[in-house]
Amino acid sequence: MSSHARSVKHGSFVIERLFNHDPGALFHAWTDPKAKARWFNGPADKWTEEVREMDVRVGGRDRLIGKFVDGSESRFEAQYFDVVPERRLVYTYDMYWQGKKISVSLASIEFVAQGKGSTKLVVTEQHAFLDGYEDGGSRERGTLGLIDNLGIALGGGDTRIPRK
Amino acid sequence: LDHDQLSSTFAALADPTRRAILSRLATGEASVTELAEPFDMSLPAVTKHLKVLQRAGLVIQGREAQWRPCRLLAKPMRDAAEWMEPYRRHWEQRLDRLEDYLHETTTKGARRPRKGRGK
Repeated sequence: MSSHARSVKHGSFVIERLFNHDPGALFHAWTDPKAKARWFNGPADKWTEEVREMDVRVGGRDRLIGKFVDGSESRFEAQYFDVVPERRLVYTYDMYWQGKKISVSLASIEFVAQGKGSTKLVVTEQHAFLDGYEDGGSRERGTLGLIDNLGIALGGGDTRIPRK
Repeated sequence: LDHDQLSSTFAALADPTRRAILSRLATGEASVTELAEPFDMSLPAVTKHLKVLQRAGLVIQGREAQWRPCRLLAKPMRDAAEWMEPYRRHWEQRLDRLEDYLHETTTKGARRPRKGRGK
């Protein structure tokens, strides 16, 4: 780790996905605590929720703490900077793994109505990975390890690969 | 992102000769002879590696009679690189769950049939 101490690595990406639901349904899934708890979480088979707090308004904060099966703790702390119902959410979030801050991100979620009750969701993430945790802690955690997945992609045929 | 495409991309990358060929092609088109030059192997052996890269969709060979240059196709490589980026992958998985959740909550209504996400 010493060569990574105090390092910052930047990255960004955009994910677009089309949903057969109107912006209202999608926005509800993002902003209603019960609805969001149904999908915004860690992998069901290896992560358990411990704390979940939500306050969707400008200046409001989200907190999501959970434990992986190996006992390691993940912590997500977000603050909303822009909330436009059925249109846009902009928030920053810090990710902690085992109490160490591993990344700071800016996430912009756009809900673009496509007509006929469908919505294009555009997720833009810009992040700074701290102290060499550019894999989001996966390497140390092991349970979601890149190497595992790479092995699977090379021919293991494990069911953990997302169905896509 | 197509998982099978990822498998063939990573399988194609799992060989130093093929990676060297890709590195060379990243600097521009090249004929098979040019590609074979730095390697201590026969032309047919190099051609075999090229076939693997072509089947994986990473390289395309031109049709011009003599020259027939090989060219790099960027998209599968970019997809593979993106797949390796964990935060993107986390997001993709999360959005899969969002999709599932939305389908579950609206199945009683007369919603249009669920759209497949590839295979």
